[in-house]
Amino acid sequence: MSGKNDFIIPGCDKNGNLLGWRSIEIGGMVTEAGNSRTYETGSWRNEQPVWNADTCIDCMMCWLGCPDTAIITKEGHMAGIDYFKCKGCGICVEQCPTDPKSLTMLPEEEAKDLSLEEKIKTAFNKE
Amino acid sequence: MSKRVALSGNEAAAHAIRQINPDVIAAFPITPSTPIPMNVSQFIADGKMTTEFVTVESEHSAISACVGASASGGRVMTATSANGLALMFEILYIASGMRLPIVAPVVARALSGPLNIHGDFSDVYGVRESGWVELFCQDSQEFYDTIIQGVRIAETESVLTPVMPIADGFDISHTVENWYMEDDEAVKEFIGEYHPKFSLLDTKHPVTFGAWAPPDWYYENRRNQLEGLLSAYEATKKIDQEFGEKFGRSYGVIEKYRSDDAELIVVGMGAVSGTIKDAVDQMRENGVSAGFVRVKLFRPFPYKDVIDALKGAKAIGVFDRCISAGAQTAALCTDVRSAMYGNSTVPIINYTYGLGGRDTTVEHVKEVIEQLKDAAEGKTVSPVNYINLRA
Repeated sequence: MSGKNDFIIPGCDKNGNLLGWRSIEIGGMVTEAGNSRTYETGSWRNEQPVWNADTCIDCMMCWLGCPDTAIITKEGHMAGIDYFKCKGCGICVEQCPTDPKSLTMLPEEEAKDLSLEEKIKTAFNKE
Repeated sequence: MSKRVALSGNEAAAHAIRQINPDVIAAFPITPSTPIPMNVSQFIADGKMTTEFVTVESEHSAISACVGASASGGRVMTATSANGLALMFEILYIASGMRLPIVAPVVARALSGPLNIHGDFSDVYGVRESGWVELFCQDSQEFYDTIIQGVRIAETESVLTPVMPIADGFDISHTVENWYMEDDEAVKEFIGEYHPKFSLLDTKHPVTFGAWAPPDWYYENRRNQLEGLLSAYEATKKIDQEFGEKFGRSYGVIEKYRSDDAELIVVGMGAVSGTIKDAVDQMRENGVSAGFVRVKLFRPFPYKDVIDALKGAKAIGVFDRCISAGAQTAALCTDVRSAMYGNSTVPIINYTYGLGGRDTTVEHVKEVIEQLKDAAEGKTVSPVNYINLRA
């Protein structure tokens, strides 16, 4: 999952514009099951978690603790953060049992222009 | 064949509910509407209805249970009064916002304090912005008929909006009148079966009711909702006409009583209408050109019909059984003035009456019509007046 353009956002026309009052379903009815996955909550956060795969022991405590669906898994293993969904609550970092922690928070301002590789370098002081 | 019965307004409502036989009723007793759920309970206990009666601990829970049952696709009703309706306030908006066709007869009563259990429109005026259809009845017959019509209005696909048939507390609810009860089968046939557009129990078409709407959605939803309420105007006219063809009684969205050629027109709603009609008759006998326009459909307000009925008047007096605290005039008068804006320049005078069950007599209404005569002749008349209030 994830990726803003992987799906048609409900309530939008084919160009992605929000529908007008005449075109929407009555009663605020949501007629597509499970469409919350298309709702970007990633825009809410002030800080974002960054994952260090080198020290991660794959215990999945971050996945258990995440109140959204922002921990990406691949065949039962930790595979990264879904920044479209992550609200930046920091629970995953709090839960991480390794020493040093395999997840750390980076201020949004600092992280927004960095590539994933650069984020990891910055967050974990890697050369 | 219909039969003529002598029963109270509350019993009329209870019999209408018995004949409608909704899937679910959730109600809590409150004077003066208590006999409605009480009689319905008796009908159920006697095996005359198959309705699921949900006994709840408050009116807030009653209407909440109605919302759940209606969202589950049932035909759902409740009944209440005064402080009970006030306690429902929060959920009334949710019922209309979720477009649930609940029908809730309300026996209108004064809101405390001071504590008073008598007829008054404070409760039903208070919820006039809630998006429900409000239909004011003038007697037991009309209350019975309107509850039956209300089911059809609420369930009309273009409407899908809850409906509140209204009767004045005690004046109608506890007064025994002669009225016609239709055959159970004929009522059943008139209302037909209910096929919900959406249902939580329809697992083949899963939907979410009552989702949250952030600032980029709430506004569009509210405007969309208004369209349903406004559609109730045409639906009410059409269904009332069909009802008339089947049962021989129809009411329209307003009733014009000797008003077509009248110079002095009284406007009002509910049980006081009979008193006003008597006063109009007596004034007509004395050569005064008096008439009466009764607003039946209060929300959505039938402004076109009101303009049409009042455009020939030389003075208009509007009766309000409520004080709209702090407003220039009470709600019906404000609506009439708003409708007449740009259509008439004659005096439109507000008359507050009947608060907390205070009597309004034919003599009082005749005094009002005399005052309208003065106003039409250009004499100064107070724009807001209180009938039968001790100075």
